[in-house]
Amino acid sequence: MTDPNTTLSPLELESHDKTFLDANELVINMGPQHPATHGVLRVILRLDGEKVLGLECVIGYLHRGVEKIGEHRTYTMFNPYVDRMDYVAAVSNGLGYCETVEKLLNVEAPPRAQHVRVILTELNRIASHQLWLGTHALDIGAITPLFYTFRDREEILKIYEKYCGARLTTHAFRIGGLQYETYTGFEKEVKNFLTFFRPKIDEYEELLTTNRIWVERTKNVGTISAHDCIALGVTGPVLRASGVKWDLRKAQPYANYKNFDFEIPTGQNGDTYDRYLVRMAEMRQSVRIIQQAVDALPEGPIMAKVPKVMKPAAGEVYHSIEAPKGELGYFIVSDGSTQPYRVRVRPPSFVNLQALDVMCRGQLVADVIAVIGTLDIVLGEVDR
Amino acid sequence: MPDETKSPSSPPPEGEHKPAAPAAAAPAKPSAPAKPAAPTPVPWDSPMIAKLKGNYGSGIEALTYAGQNYMVVDRSLIPEILQVLRNEEQFDYCVDITAVHYPAREKQFDVVWVLYSFPRNERIRVKTQIPDGATLPSSVPIWSGANWLEREVYDMFGIKFDGHPDMKRILLPEGWKGHPLRKDYGILQQDNEWVQINLGIESGQ
Repeated sequence: MTDPNTTLSPLELESHDKTFLDANELVINMGPQHPATHGVLRVILRLDGEKVLGLECVIGYLHRGVEKIGEHRTYTMFNPYVDRMDYVAAVSNGLGYCETVEKLLNVEAPPRAQHVRVILTELNRIASHQLWLGTHALDIGAITPLFYTFRDREEILKIYEKYCGARLTTHAFRIGGLQYETYTGFEKEVKNFLTFFRPKIDEYEELLTTNRIWVERTKNVGTISAHDCIALGVTGPVLRASGVKWDLRKAQPYANYKNFDFEIPTGQNGDTYDRYLVRMAEMRQSVRIIQQAVDALPEGPIMAKVPKVMKPAAGEVYHSIEAPKGELGYFIVSDGSTQPYRVRVRPPSFVNLQALDVMCRGQLVADVIAVIGTLDIVLGEVDR
Repeated sequence: MPDETKSPSSPPPEGEHKPAAPAAAAPAKPSAPAKPAAPTPVPWDSPMIAKLKGNYGSGIEALTYAGQNYMVVDRSLIPEILQVLRNEEQFDYCVDITAVHYPAREKQFDVVWVLYSFPRNERIRVKTQIPDGATLPSSVPIWSGANWLEREVYDMFGIKFDGHPDMKRILLPEGWKGHPLRKDYGILQQDNEWVQINLGIESGQ
């Protein structure tokens, strides 16, 4: 198992000297109980000194059989389960599921529900990126951003808590619209948050963007080309940081994103630093979308006409949304009964994690931590 | 399965306690009465489909359901069709590969590829039917991202992909018996032997 590029060939040892000097390959196990793997991810690294020759991910420690459960629950009963997949972006998971079932039922949520959905989903994108930033910076050695981001994420969680009673596994949406009307003062609180949050992004950037240690640890680390991203099916900020201007909210608009004005931030180098910049810019764009949505929040019903007992006509539908981590798709097969015949979740984290091997080859061991962080995976979603 | 009588905390819908009956486990109730607004698949026509049909004849059936295009392709045409879609029709992104189990059918499995083309901004599905025990050619040489997706299909359904670089389980541990997303695998079922040997407990339930 020697790689001609990394084996020290010119040393020309006598056979009796070849004890350990030629054995320059080392296999190291990282995780599953490792604080920087963001959950129960196990990585087996093949090293040459400090250099990574290749790695293999071992996953499945958090497998709960969500897809199997889906086949044994009604459409409504399965809805809260999807919040437990990507638990830092529960609202996005719910949106994808509800919209897919709505497609099967051939109904559409009313405009007010669509607006509230966009507001809550974009708030969720910010919250997810904040959590990513805090933990990613912490992994690399910057402790301060974690306190900043968690302090500000709290404000989003407060809005969620007031809206639907939950802070983490926020079961906010229902098939056909929303269960709850917004609480009194919802719009004002969202607007207050936006005013509060805009300068906070600058604050995060001040801590990191030109910070010498941050730049050294992230520039040219974990580089992946646009070509590799597409071949591997990598989506979300990782794809955009490699220079592909692609976002499902623009490419195939869902909910009512086509009514809002926003940009798709992209990077050029596809390295960890560019992915950081892309996510920071995405938070600003999310603020922009929420501002437009809350300013134009229409009055009206929040629930479409959906039967209490849902029996979608037999058929298959695939629908996907731009979750904070990439394309989150649901493939649901209905046989005309009250329970889905098959629910398939296309998780962005699972597919993106495949790129870890490509991104880490030739890097140092310490950079593996940076690359796992920059991929922004949630193991609840990888393993389902 | 001594634990089968234990029910999960939420009340299980009917049909849940019948893991042994493959056909009965799936549709718990008779199919719904036809809704007035229910969409039905209609033929899907496009220059691409016309070209493919011209080249491959009757092995392809192209349909649209709920505004989404898909084609049902004969198993024998699969390797060629996927190659053509990637190289000539610019479907450069393999979104997902998955399967559906219909135990009552002779060809028990539907295998589904969800493909997307960046240049065309178009999403399609390719579907084929295979019997239990049959294999499919791996599409890792076409889209390297198919690697884990195919491993998951193998793990959950037991469908093997020929020419896959590393055909082994991905979410469940090596050595686990059974493929959980098959309809004849009960929802509370597990590989008790594996659990006892590896976890040192009587049962994981």
